[in-house]
Order: sequence, then structure tokens, then C-alpha cells
Amino acid sequence: MRTLALIKRICLEMVRDKRTLALLFIAPLLILSLMYLLFNGESADPKLGVVNVDSDLVGKLEQGNINVKQYEKATNETIVEESLDGLLIMEDESFELTLQNSDPSIAKSLQMKVNQVIASHVPLKRMGNPTAPVDFSNNSMETNYVYGSSETVFFDVLSPILIGFFVFFFVFLISGIGLLKERTSGTLERLMSTPIRRGEIVTAYLVGYGIFAVIQTVIVVVYSISALDIVLVGSLWNVIFINLLLALVALSLGTLLSTFAASEFQMVQFIPIVVIPQIFFAGIIPLEGMAGWLQAIGKIMPVYYATDALKGVMYKGLSLSDISSDILALIVFALVFIALNLFALKKYRKL
Amino acid sequence: MSISIAVNQVSKSFGKKMVLNKIDLNIEEGQIYGFIGPSGAGKTTLVKMIVGMDRPDAGTIHVLNKQIPNLELLQEIGYMSQSDALYMELTGEENLKFFAALYKLSKTEQKKRITYSADLVNLTNELKMRVSTYSGGMKRRLSLAIALIQNPKILILDEPTVGIDPELRLGIWNELLRLKKEEGKTIIVTTHVMDEAEKCDYIAMVRDGSILTRGTPKELKDLFNAENLDEVFLKAGRGNE
Repeated sequence: MRTLALIKRICLEMVRDKRTLALLFIAPLLILSLMYLLFNGESADPKLGVVNVDSDLVGKLEQGNINVKQYEKATNETIVEESLDGLLIMEDESFELTLQNSDPSIAKSLQMKVNQVIASHVPLKRMGNPTAPVDFSNNSMETNYVYGSSETVFFDVLSPILIGFFVFFFVFLISGIGLLKERTSGTLERLMSTPIRRGEIVTAYLVGYGIFAVIQTVIVVVYSISALDIVLVGSLWNVIFINLLLALVALSLGTLLSTFAASEFQMVQFIPIVVIPQIFFAGIIPLEGMAGWLQAIGKIMPVYYATDALKGVMYKGLSLSDISSDILALIVFALVFIALNLFALKKYRKL
Repeated sequence: MSISIAVNQVSKSFGKKMVLNKIDLNIEEGQIYGFIGPSGAGKTTLVKMIVGMDRPDAGTIHVLNKQIPNLELLQEIGYMSQSDALYMELTGEENLKFFAALYKLSKTEQKKRITYSADLVNLTNELKMRVSTYSGGMKRRLSLAIALIQNPKILILDEPTVGIDPELRLGIWNELLRLKKEEGKTIIVTTHVMDEAEKCDYIAMVRDGSILTRGTPKELKDLFNAENLDEVFLKAGRGNE
């Protein structure tokens, strides 16, 4: 009953604080939408200058979504002045490609396209020549995908990571600052002068903020699937379940770390130490390529397990039993943090 | 009369600083006991330990014959801290209700006690307002109302009248005297206002973690041959040096 009173109070305070509610419920949607637009945007056609190239090849280059501009004569300065992405010069039957390379990814893709077009173009002219390379360009190869399809974009792989990370970040911040406010305003001490038990306080905090974490998770997941059309192969319930576990970890970690912060400002200082490193181990950069000791660090990060599980369910369609080790890891994290929370409150009172 | 609060050889230090040095105290039931002393004397640390919110390094404290800390005992102690520990986003009434629920009062009892304690501190008309809109004095009064909410046998009030206007201060003191007389409550008050000390049955003058002297206001004035308690305090302090 005391726990219930405390839960009611936490909810009431949250509902009164409209800005925090907006941060919790609307901010993740804004960022997700922004990321979605950024990663799904078609890249602009690269601009290629050509010198002394026959019109047949120019036509093929244009078909390959390259913006071709013809010049009588051109040098490196032309590339810079005309802001071309590349310059193709033909001299004595051989091609010379100069790339601007201020953005390596654009340069790489332009180089690939030009190579493809030339490879398909040259053998046509040398028809009958037995040494001509085999033509692969006419879609003679069929491609299959284990996960996703040819429509899969980077955002589909990124979105489970983002969903998990947002749940973790916002719940961590808000629950941590919530308990911190209770500390700094002296109300936690005041609570300790009532017959409430430490366990009741921790439970109430987990449940009270947990309610908001549930709502946030549902909003974020439903929005990403329905509005952003993110791939969800597995069960929606599993996604919500994993996020709930992650929220529990974030809650208990946030309240625990608030013990070591003397002000809201100090709580925010935990973000670069505790939250940001978790992004790097969340699966955006493949863990397999990391040094052994770096992989070991990744394995003590709760977000690593959550995003691994989320990717499994959302993108690969795995069931809960396939990701049981991730689930188990999250449960262990939560239990350890909750126990430490109980211990940290001992500073105030033994009972 | 029985002993309500017994403090036995209690010491406490924060780091190297000795805050309380072997304090002995016996507070009888139905008394108003005043801790008088400058800020930093250790009054707050002492009352916090009586409530059980701080642990003594050495010594024991018994309240109503039970050793502190004891959760059930907290039901019988109404505590008002020096800083207003209130929930700013909530209204005065919601604050009172929350604490009433923590003390497990029944619904009807909650209503009765909220009406009573709000009326006592003159906040009945402001109950529906958020605490963040309250003035300093109003917050102080709400804190006092919360300390009274569960009708405890013992009241521990840490500087209860700071920031409260003289008229209401008189009203609060009259109510404290009435609670003592009619309901037999034991009340501990810390203050550094000497005219409030005059109203206590018994006072202990605290400085640098020790009790300089103690007794009824009249006894102390006679003992130090002083006209008022200010003078007693100065003389007692000098005698110790």
C-alpha cells in the first residue's frame, strides 16, 4: 500500500511535468523520423565530366544515372571549378578517370559505375574477339538474400538498434533525475523518516517509471513499424518484451548512478561515460571485427544484448528461445542493479 | 513520569570533524524539550539520529523503550526537517495525502487529519494550489502539517518557525502547548530564537557537539544569575572555555 502511494505520486508528478513527458514520448519519434529520412534519401546523381568520349558511351553513362557533361579540354582545375565528382578522359583507346574524392563514398560509387559501364561497352565494340571479358552486366546473375530483400536499406538494420538505444537513454535519464530530485530536495530523507522500507521505495520507482517506459516502448515500436515501415519479421510482443527488460535495466542503472551524482548537472555527466559508449557496441559497428579486449568491453554493456535480441527478432525473425541468452543477460543486469540500489539506500537508513 | 526518549553516550563525526561528543539525554513524556544553539552546533544531527535517519558512531538511542532504528517506531514520530522537503509539482493536499498514505491511515482518518492539520497551520484555503506557488512561510507551515498528519506521540521539529510571521508563530506555539497539555505529546524543538526557548519546559544548550548546560528556563536563569536566556547562553559558553 505504501508502494502504491509512492507509485501514484510518481505518476502524478510525471503527468504534471509536460516537458518531461514530451521528451519521453515525442523526442524519440522525432529522432527516428529524422534518421529514417536521412538514411532513406536517394543519393544525388554524381556529376561526371567527359573529354573525347564517343556519344554511344555517354548515352550509356547517362542511363547508369550519371550526370554527364562534355568538355573539349579539361584539367583537375575544371573538376574543382565545375564541382564535378569525376572526370573521364579518353586517350589512345584507354580511359583515365580522375575523382574529386572529397567524399570517398561518392567517389567509390562513381568509380564503380564508370567501371561497369566501360566494361559492358568495350566488349561490344570488340565483338568477335575471343579474349573479350564475359559480359556480366545484363543481369545474368541472380542474387538471393538470407535476411531482408533487395529492398533492404541500412535503416532497416539500424532501426532495431535505435529503438533499443532510445528506450535505454530516455528511461535512464528520466528515472535517474527523478530519484536525484528526490535526493536533492530532501524528500528522500523525509521519506526515510516514515515507516517505508527501502525495498518499497525501489519497487515503487521501478514500477512508477516502468509504466512510462512501457508507454514509451509501445509508442516507439508501433510508430516505427506503422509510420516508418520498418521491417518487423518476428513478433511485436517479443519486441515490446525485450524493450521492457532493457527499460528495467536502464531504470535500475539510472537510479543507482543518481546515488553518485550531487546535482542534475552531474547526472548529465554520466551520459558520455555510460550512455554514449554503448552506441558503439550496439551493433552499428560489427563487434566481430574488434580487438578481443574491446569485444569483452562490449559484453558488459546492456545495450549490446538488447540490440542483438532486437535485431534478431525484428530483422531475422528469431523467436524468444533463439535469443534466450540475450534475455538472460538483461535479467542478470537488472537484478544486479536492483540489488545495488537497495544497498545504496542503506546510506540513509539500515532498515 | 516515564522516559520517552533516552540518548546514551552518543557520538558522531563526519570525517575528522566531531559533530556530537558523548551526548546523554533523557526526555520525559509530555514535555516540550528545546535544543538551543547556533547553527552548526549539531542539533540537526542529533534529532536526525533520534528519528533513525542517521546512525551514531557510538552510543544508543531508545524511543518509547525501543532501540532506534525501528520501523514501527516511525509511525509514532512526526518529523519536520529544517529544509522543506515537499513535492513542488503536487498541491498541498496531495502532499498531505501522500504522507498520510505512507502512514497507512484509513480513508476517513486521512480526511479528518488533513482537515485538522491544514486548519492548524492556516492552509485550508490554499490546499488546492501547487506547492511551487507557495511562499516560504506557507511551505514551512505545510511541512509542519505533514509532521502532524499521522497523529504521532512524539513530534520532532527542526527549526519549525523559521520564516513564519509572528502572529502565526504564536498560533503554532499555542497549538504545541495544547498538544502537550491535552494530548500528552512529547515534543522536541530546535531553535536559535531565545524567546521560543522560554516556552519550553526544559532546554539543552548545544554548542560544538556538546551540551553546555541544561535545565528549565527558570533554573538556568537562576543558576547563571542572568536576566534572559541569551545571557545564560553566553555565560555558559564562557564557563566552558
